[in-house]
Order: sequence, then C-alpha cells, then structure tokens
Amino acid sequence: MTTPATGVGAPIRRKEDHRFITGKGNYTDDINRPGQTYAVFVRSPHAHAKIRKIDAAAARAMPGVVGILTGADLAADKVGGLICGWMIHNKDGSPMSAGAHPALADGKVRYVGDHVAVVIAESLAEARDAAEKVAVDYEVLPAVVDLASATAKGVGTIHDVAPNNVVFDWHLGDKAATEAAFKKARHITRITLANNRLVPNAMEPRAALGDYDAGEDSFTLYTTSQNPHVARLILSAFIGIAPEHKLRVIAPDVGGGFGSKIYVYAEETVCVWAAKRVGRPVKWVADRTEEFLAVAHGRDHLTHAEMAVDEEGKILAIRVKTRANLGAYLSTFASAVPTYLYAPLLSGQYDIPAIYAEVETVYTNTAPVDAYRGAGRPEATFVVERLVEVAAREMGQDPAKFRLKNFVKKWPHQTPVIMMYDAGDYAGSMRQAQKLADVAGFGKRKRDSARNGKLRGLGYSAYIEACGIAPSSAVGSLGAGVGLWESAEVRVNPTGNVEVLTGSHSHGQGHETTFAQLVAGRLGIPIEQVSIVHGDTDKVQFGMGTYGSRSGAVGMSAIVKALDKVEAKARKVAALCMEAAEGDIDFKDGKFTVKGTDKSMAFGEVALQAYIAHKFTGQQLEPGLKEGAFFDPTNFTFPAGVHICEVEIDPETGVTKIEKWTAVDDFGTVINPMIVEGQVHGGIAQGVGQALHEGTVYDKNGQLLTASFMDYGMPRADDLPSYSLGFNGTAAPSNPLGIKGCGEAGAIAAPPAVINAITDALGHEEIAMPATPQAVWLAVQKMAKSIAAE
Amino acid sequence: MATVSMTVNGKAVSGNVEPRTLLVQFLRENLRLTGTHVGCDTSQCGACVVHVDGKAVKSCTLLALSCDGSDVVTIEGLAHDGKLHPMQEAFREHHGLQCGYCTPGMIMSAIDIVNRKGNALDEHTIREELEGNICRCTGYHNIVKAVEAGAAAMGGKAMPMAAE
Ligand code: FES
Ligand code: FES
Repeated sequence: MTTPATGVGAPIRRKEDHRFITGKGNYTDDINRPGQTYAVFVRSPHAHAKIRKIDAAAARAMPGVVGILTGADLAADKVGGLICGWMIHNKDGSPMSAGAHPALADGKVRYVGDHVAVVIAESLAEARDAAEKVAVDYEVLPAVVDLASATAKGVGTIHDVAPNNVVFDWHLGDKAATEAAFKKARHITRITLANNRLVPNAMEPRAALGDYDAGEDSFTLYTTSQNPHVARLILSAFIGIAPEHKLRVIAPDVGGGFGSKIYVYAEETVCVWAAKRVGRPVKWVADRTEEFLAVAHGRDHLTHAEMAVDEEGKILAIRVKTRANLGAYLSTFASAVPTYLYAPLLSGQYDIPAIYAEVETVYTNTAPVDAYRGAGRPEATFVVERLVEVAAREMGQDPAKFRLKNFVKKWPHQTPVIMMYDAGDYAGSMRQAQKLADVAGFGKRKRDSARNGKLRGLGYSAYIEACGIAPSSAVGSLGAGVGLWESAEVRVNPTGNVEVLTGSHSHGQGHETTFAQLVAGRLGIPIEQVSIVHGDTDKVQFGMGTYGSRSGAVGMSAIVKALDKVEAKARKVAALCMEAAEGDIDFKDGKFTVKGTDKSMAFGEVALQAYIAHKFTGQQLEPGLKEGAFFDPTNFTFPAGVHICEVEIDPETGVTKIEKWTAVDDFGTVINPMIVEGQVHGGIAQGVGQALHEGTVYDKNGQLLTASFMDYGMPRADDLPSYSLGFNGTAAPSNPLGIKGCGEAGAIAAPPAVINAITDALGHEEIAMPATPQAVWLAVQKMAKSIAAE
Repeated sequence: MATVSMTVNGKAVSGNVEPRTLLVQFLRENLRLTGTHVGCDTSQCGACVVHVDGKAVKSCTLLALSCDGSDVVTIEGLAHDGKLHPMQEAFREHHGLQCGYCTPGMIMSAIDIVNRKGNALDEHTIREELEGNICRCTGYHNIVKAVEAGAAAMGGKAMPMAAE
C-alpha cells in the first residue's frame, strides 16, 4: 500500500502542535479578563444532609471578598436548575423520575462535593481563605452509597420524586422470544459482573471564566467544553442565564475531555451568572481533588447476564439484567448511557436471534455518573465478550473459533436490539489480528513463562460500537432532546485561502489537521492555506460538538457537503470568467479547465473573481464564495475490531504485565492514520486502566477515598506496553466519506481483552476489575487451592 | 508580600508575592508564562515540570521564594530564534501529544532524562523515567517514541538552553 503525502490517507504532522510544544496553547485557565475575580466553591463534606443554615457573615468580612452567593440568590434571579437532556420511559410507559438539580444547593446536599455556596474574591488565595469561614449547619442524613442495596427498604430517599431511589426501570428486546430460546438451549452460561466506576481525569481540570458586558447586556463564558453550542443552548433555554444571542460560549484549547466536558456543570453556570451579580469577570479552576469529587464519573454497573447456546455452539439468545448507578443527580446525558448507548450493543459482532435487557437505574449519594469514553458501549462489550469467552471455555471450544462461528457474516444485518449493522468484516479482522499477535506461537510462550514460574494468558475482545450518534430522527424517537447532525461553513477568502467553521470541537483529536487535510485535498490547495475555526459560538453558528466518535463521520461529512456547494459555485464563476458552458468545466488538482481547450483558472483566481465580480453581473450570479451545510447521516456507524491481549502474571506478587497488545480495527476510511493510531493508543490505555488500575471507592458514608492521583490508579508509562495495530477498513455507507470513527474503540475493546487474558492465565473466572496486584494475588491463591483440591 | 528575583528563560525577573505563592503560580500569574500547566494537587502528574538550575522540578511543589536567585527554564524558553529544541521537534514528528496539556511537562522531563541518562535511551528506561508524568490522551506509545528520537537528536549532549 502506498501512503499519499497529502490529502486523505496521509499521516500529515499536526498543524496545532506548534503552539502546544512551545507553550503557546490557549486553555481556559490561560485566559484572564481585566478586573477578574476568583471563585471558590464551598462544597458539602457530607454525602447526604439537610442544610439548616448558611452563615457567611464572618466570611464576608474577610479581606478581598467581593461576594458570597448561595442557592437562594440563584432562586431570586430565577436561574433554573441543570437538566438531563434525554428522556427515558419506564417499562410501564411512565417518564423517568428526574429530581431537581440546582447549581447551588436548595436546602439539601446529596454527595460529598455538592455545591453549597460560592465565594468570590480579589485573589484565589483570598477566596480560599474566606470559603473556609463560611459556616454551614448540616443535619446529616443516612447516606445511600452501595449500589446493590440502594433501593432496599429504609435506606433513605435522595430525591422526593424517587422515593425508592429508582430513576427508571427500562427494558429493550423481545422477552418472550428470549425465554423461548433459553428453553431450547443446550448450554447456558451465567456470569455476574461489576463494571467499575471510573473518574475521567482529563489532564486539564475543568475551568470557567464568566464575563458580563453591562453596555450590551451580554455574557461571555470561556469554558472547558466539548460542545460550546449545546452548552449555550442549555444555559439559555433551560437555565435561563440569557437569550442565546446574548450569550457567547467560547471553548478554547481544551486539555482532554473523554466525555466529561460534554455536560453543563454547576460551576460554569454559577461563574457566568455571578459575573453579572458582582459586575466583574469571575474565574474558577478546579483543583484535582474537586475534579475527583464533582466531575461526572463513568460506568458503575452491576450486571447478571446469561447466554443460551445450542449443541453446535451457536448462540441462541442473551438475557441481561443491569443496575446502573447514576449518582446523586442526573447529569446532562446520564439517562442515555445505560440505555440506548448500552443495550443496543448487546448483540456484539454476533448473529444472535433473541436478546432481552432490563436496566434499572438508581440514585445514590455519589457524584453524578454520565458518559465517559465509550459510554455504555464498553459496558455492553464487557458483558458480551465475557459471556462469549466463558461460554466457549465452558463448552471446551477455542474462544476464537467460537467467535468466528457466531460472527455476523452478511451485511446489512438487523440485530434484535435496534441496530442495523451496515458494513464490516469481522472474521477478516479476527484472522488478521491472530496473525499479527502470533497466536500460533502462544503455546510455546506459555510454556516458557511456566518454566520461569509465571502464568501466561491470552484474551480476545471482538468489540463493536455504534458511533456518530445520529441520525437525528432516530435518536429523537429514542428520547434525545436534540438532533445530532453537524454543521460546517466553508469560507473562501478573495485571496484563495479558506476558513472552515465547524460545529465539532477538538480537545486533542487533531481536527485542525484532519479537517484541513480533507479541504486541502479536495480544493487542491496547500494545507497551510486552510484554517479550521471551532469552539466559539460567535464564530460558528451552531454545532453539536465532539463525543461519540462523531467528528469524522458526521462533522467532516458536513464539511464535504459544504465543499460540494463551494465547488458547484466556483464552477459557475469559472464558466462565466472563461466564457464557457458550466457543463464544460472540469475541476481537478486545484484547477478549473474548459474541456477540449487550454483555458484554465487556478482555484485562487476563481476565488478572487468570485469576489471582485467584474466578469459577471449580479443577475447572473451572486458574488462571493462561502457555503454552509448541515449533515445528518442515514445511520449510526459501526466501527468494530478484534483486540488481543497477552499477559504474564507473577504469581508471587500478583503483578500482571501486558506482554503484547494487538488490535485490528475497522474504522472505515482513515483520513490520517497517524492520528487514528494515536486515538487507538489512548483508548487502549484507558481501557487497560479500567481493567488493571482504576477504581473509584466511596466508603459507606459516601466519602470518596480515591480523590487524588495518590489513591486513584492512573495508568503511567511503565504500566503499559507498546501496541501493535492494524486496520481492516470497510467503508461506512451512511456518510459520504465512509468514516466510522475511532475515538472510543480502544477504551471499549480493552477491558474484556485484559480480563479474558488474566482468567485464561488463572484458569478460573473469578476476578473483578480493577485486577490490581492484590486482587490477582488473591485469585492466584484460589487457583492454587483448587489445584490442591483436585 | 515578599520580593523574589530569578532568571527565567534567560531574562532577569522579579515580583512581589505572598510567601505562600508557588513557583508555578509565579510563572503563570505574575509572568504570564502559561505554558507550564497544573494538572493535580499532589505532585503526581508532572504537567508543571520546569528546569530550576538545570534540574527538572515540579513547579507546583516549590515556593517561588525558594527559587530566589535561581535560573529557571520553562517550555517557552526552549526554542531559539524560531528553531525548536530537538525534543519539541520529536514530539511533533512522532505525534507525542494530543490535547497538549501534559506536553510542556513531558518535554521538560524528557530533556532532563537525556541530561541524566544520555542520548541512547531504551523503551524500558524511558517508561520508568516518565513515572512522574501522566498523560491521559496518548497511551504513552508515541511519547516513548518521541523521547527516544528526541534523545538521539540531542546528540548525547544536553542542549544548551536559554539560561544554561
Ligand atoms: S501539577 Fe505539579 S505534579 Fe501535577
Ligand atoms: S496529550 Fe493530553 S494529557 Fe497528554
């Protein structure tokens, strides 16, 4: 395969890197406004309590204090609460129980870190000092922390609208067909598993800077957001800060998001509102502990799952019962994650005739839980890939062959749970991955390990995900409060360079490069002449932002649509300038030519002519060269692949070392393989983090025990291997570029690959995530005992 | 308030600070050198690494006052006359960054590793030495490649830097 030097498919080095490697990035905390003040939040030290009284008198007298605001002030200004934008209905058709979510507490706090008051002062140090002096009188209530018992009688009620703490009780699939299939089963595999709670931990902590212009009566909010337009919409239409045209939201350079920066949070809401209250810009920057306490966490499921298999080893049905923790309040998309981003993926890459899933979600006195890299799909993949692996082992079949036998082999394929897989090559990816991983040589490597007193294991994960999270009409019918299309505007300047305004938002994904690559290739101009504008609601008209691996499939497709229009208009300009029929104009490599003649115009000349408009009248053609487009795809996209993890365990210490990581992914068309590989690397690292290191622990009173990098196991360089990657792309039919998306794949694929490898090494299935050295060591002891008993 | 003076990226600077001011605050707030980042509050992440008197330090863990009279180099002080430091170049060439937030600290740490361990660095050494720098985006694969290449490009000698 030859690699193009520019355009689609080229590993072009990133345009944005220069500012990052020279320290010239522009993150929210790097921005300062004249007269700026600093906000510090007074947070609840209790997981569940009534607020009897807030006494801020002593704090107000502290030096430098500009203002201290509470929920009562929000209410006085009629500022609304935070919202959950996805409506889920119970099995009986009634709507979910959404408790109020005020930005500052209205008489009750529901998790440690909940927002009680904000102290605004001349300096950060003064704000901190004053916050210490705010005296809050709490009446402590029993905390509901444990997920398994959160709905038990007498544990206490977190929101009055949900007396037994159930947010909703939802299901998907055909129950009767599934039960019938289980009756016919030759073998039934049953597993119970927990999907551990994770803290996203983007390296840039969240930050917000609110500014109010009294002359214009308008607000500006600089914030660490993955989707500034959605933030503006929510802050305007639901929270009521200001009408959309009086609120500008700017998300400048953002230091990672992984989902956690999709949501509208209390802190940014308070900063922008308070800017008018105190008449000065208000800045807040989370410290890491605050991030741990109050950022939206991810995962946290308890699941019992069963798989019915016939005598041939064909899967007949899957039945799943999940309880998902949504924390103390419903975050912006919380309800969608354990439902429509989860259960529709329970078919995996397999042809399964019947599936039935029940999901009960509950409130607990813990931080809100929402989408984190993969969002629902890692949870589904963990269930399916553990079921498949255990079933194969129980039936004495090779896990890879068992998968190959059950893979979907024809597309389009309608699953029993909504999704219509439109293109793929699952068996091809499996075979390619097995080769790359030298599975054939595994037996020898295992024996070599055994000779050294080590346990070696190999684990597969054949994941699938639904990305793009569109078409809008489909997600609307499933409860989404918004459409999930994307917009783009291509502005060609008179001198021929191009600005592309996109509603996607880059916070590490490299859009400034890949998007420019697409445009430069299409228009035949150097990539340096293209700049990508994003992250500012005053510049880009509207957009849905970046999450769900949607910026390529949906965001770039919108650019393609706008480029189609630009090219069509430019052809008209060229035809008029060269006095030719429009149908005789060819456009190639940045040049417009008249068929059968030597007449030609470069793209830049056409741009200039479009603006000076000397060669045509306004009646013939409107001057200018600028086009916009909205793109709504015809289906979700379905990236899929096979990851193979090979581990070696030291039975003396319980340390699991990843010896080899192989991934073969189908992302459809790849625009920039260097960037796509980087996305896969990062995703795998987060998935390995979940499998081996990361676990969020609350004590029984709801105190977060893992609230720093000292206590929470972030994967570090020496915890991870180098990865060996391959692509096996089949074009996605639902968008013009054939892109499927790559951002979440690694995080989805990795956890079951690791756990399947560890259980393979151990010879038994009893290990939970995170499989820390201690947990593995205990599992090894169990293994030793069972061997002794044999 | 107390007065503190030091050399930062080759320039003599001084400022009035509260005694509790951290070096990273002095750099970011007083000098507006915002390339040095803060990613944690427990000296774990390394987003704040700068060089003080030729050694990599976590600037979130040092009082500005304790650096009085020191020679400080930050990420902004690495490139000269528009020419990038080989380690900066290597991070770009090998896609060793995504969101860029950890990057200044990574690059400053990487240069320090080369200063201590020489230019022929193997993967194992690089991974061990990067223990104190957390990156959430890249999975480290390309950072390791970048450090290896940057080290080689530094030619086995520590690059002369702004104030060194
Ligand atoms: S900010 Fe200094 S180590 Fe994290
Ligand atoms: S590049 Fe984002 S944290 Fe390292």
